[in-house]
Amino acid sequence: MADIATIERLGDAALLLRFGDRIDAAINQRVHAWVAALSSEAPDWLIEVTPAYASLALHTDVTRIGDAGSFDADAFKHDPLEVAIAWITARLHSPLPDTANDTARTIEIPAHYGGDDGPDLAALAAHTGIAIEDVAARHTAAEYTVAMLGFAPGFPYLLGLDASLAMPRVASPRTHVPAGSVGVGGAQTGIYPQSGPGGWQLIGRTPLRLFDAQRDPPGLLRAGDRVRFVAIDAARFDALNEHAR
Amino acid sequence: MSIEIIGPGMLTTVQDAGRSGSRACGVGTGGAADRHSFEIANLLVGNDSHAAAIEITVTGPTIRLQRATTIALCGATIDAHADGVALPGWRPIALPAGCMLTFGACRRGVRAYLAIDGGIDTLPVLGSRSTDLRGRFGGHNGRALRAGDLLRLGLPHAAVTSSDAPGIAGWWIDADTDLDFSDSIAVSVVPGSDATIPADALHAQEFAVDAASDRQGLRLRGEALRVADLRERISEPVVPGTVQLPPDGQPIVLLADAQTVGGYPRIGHVIAADLPRLAQRRAGQHLRFVSVDHREAHRINTEQRARLARIALAIERRRPL
Repeated sequence: MADIATIERLGDAALLLRFGDRIDAAINQRVHAWVAALSSEAPDWLIEVTPAYASLALHTDVTRIGDAGSFDADAFKHDPLEVAIAWITARLHSPLPDTANDTARTIEIPAHYGGDDGPDLAALAAHTGIAIEDVAARHTAAEYTVAMLGFAPGFPYLLGLDASLAMPRVASPRTHVPAGSVGVGGAQTGIYPQSGPGGWQLIGRTPLRLFDAQRDPPGLLRAGDRVRFVAIDAARFDALNEHAR
Repeated sequence: MSIEIIGPGMLTTVQDAGRSGSRACGVGTGGAADRHSFEIANLLVGNDSHAAAIEITVTGPTIRLQRATTIALCGATIDAHADGVALPGWRPIALPAGCMLTFGACRRGVRAYLAIDGGIDTLPVLGSRSTDLRGRFGGHNGRALRAGDLLRLGLPHAAVTSSDAPGIAGWWIDADTDLDFSDSIAVSVVPGSDATIPADALHAQEFAVDAASDRQGLRLRGEALRVADLRERISEPVVPGTVQLPPDGQPIVLLADAQTVGGYPRIGHVIAADLPRLAQRRAGQHLRFVSVDHREAHRINTEQRARLARIALAIERRRPL
């Protein structure tokens, strides 16, 4: 067996494959490799495959599995997801194609740290005991991997935050976090693609549009991408922000 | 040809059958919260069952029709008038050009669907015309409708002349099997990955619907539940129907605007056939969960699809008016 995963039903039309129960870069990489492999071999009943940290979901159209779309009384007797489970079980026993992250890209995210764009930067410095100017330096020094996108359209959950920068979420979530805000939530870092409510500590802001439904593809980042932050000053932020409009 | 929004109502949006293929970038399915009523409304006006329609929430809009057309109203029972004439639901209605449609409050249920011949012809975004309120795209400019909005209609299937209108069909569709507006309803759940203590806690009490419910989730109030395994969970995929249990022990059932991943324990999943009824629950009404196995869930879901197919055939035979 190439990979051990538990298979569960996620409601009446989806399956959940779990590769682990912790946030771990190696497990997450396996998730992405399996998402790519399963998506490329999808039977017609498999609508889409969604990656998460250590699990993935297979969303099916149950009416296309075997005779499940028929209104015959006989068709009621089987649970169509059994067929999907048999398919995925067989697939998990054959080797995973060696994708070895050859599709991983590195995307640079310019960010202005502190000031109005990072209202929690000073609080994070105080909490972690790191000088304010060193917080941005440590945040830009790391290379991150997009573990998954979720919470809101285009929101990247990034792996790779310097452990010294970890800080719990704010006590009471803000009702308005500006689009592009870079936040720290526990040991994770991420970027808010749209303005809206949010509970992470805000340390900076990028002028890049992370998600634009009219763009193809709509998301700037894909699960599995590498990300680096590049510190910019307020003037550069304004110039790029103008350009991004 | 267009319709004009004169007054917006509480939350009036363009919705279709939802989008797929974009979950990996954090975009959920969305679409009509009560898919069953939405599809019947479309069938009644001759549309494809997945054509974009107007979803009305709690209190309705005022809309001017620029051309003579056929409409249908399904889902919640709502006070509706065309130039002062009361309109019944669940049947095709021919209306004249310039007609003013006024909607009052939903009297039973909370979501009514207004389908118009030709469908609402906004630009599809990521394969759907549904309004994604959190992502602010799709539908009409990614937001709820406002006074002054003009919405284009698709090509009509049937010509209605002003002299034909108003014409209210003398027959209607009975959807009582699939929609239940009574104070307390039962909804079927299949097991989730997290166990409660005791194991049947989710089924052992009646829950009240909280006023903070929305298209993303139906928030329930009852005696607090707890899960057997209290360890912190990492976010995993969720779907419409997933019953989440936040730390306060009050379950949330995800609806059409479910996010794609969530970190709360999942203590069950409401089956597809019962999502329309859930989408029609009002604040203060009640529900209880009944456990079913996957074969039973498939049988219930298939029977609902079969009823919808029979309704489609019946409508096909009766139209045009």
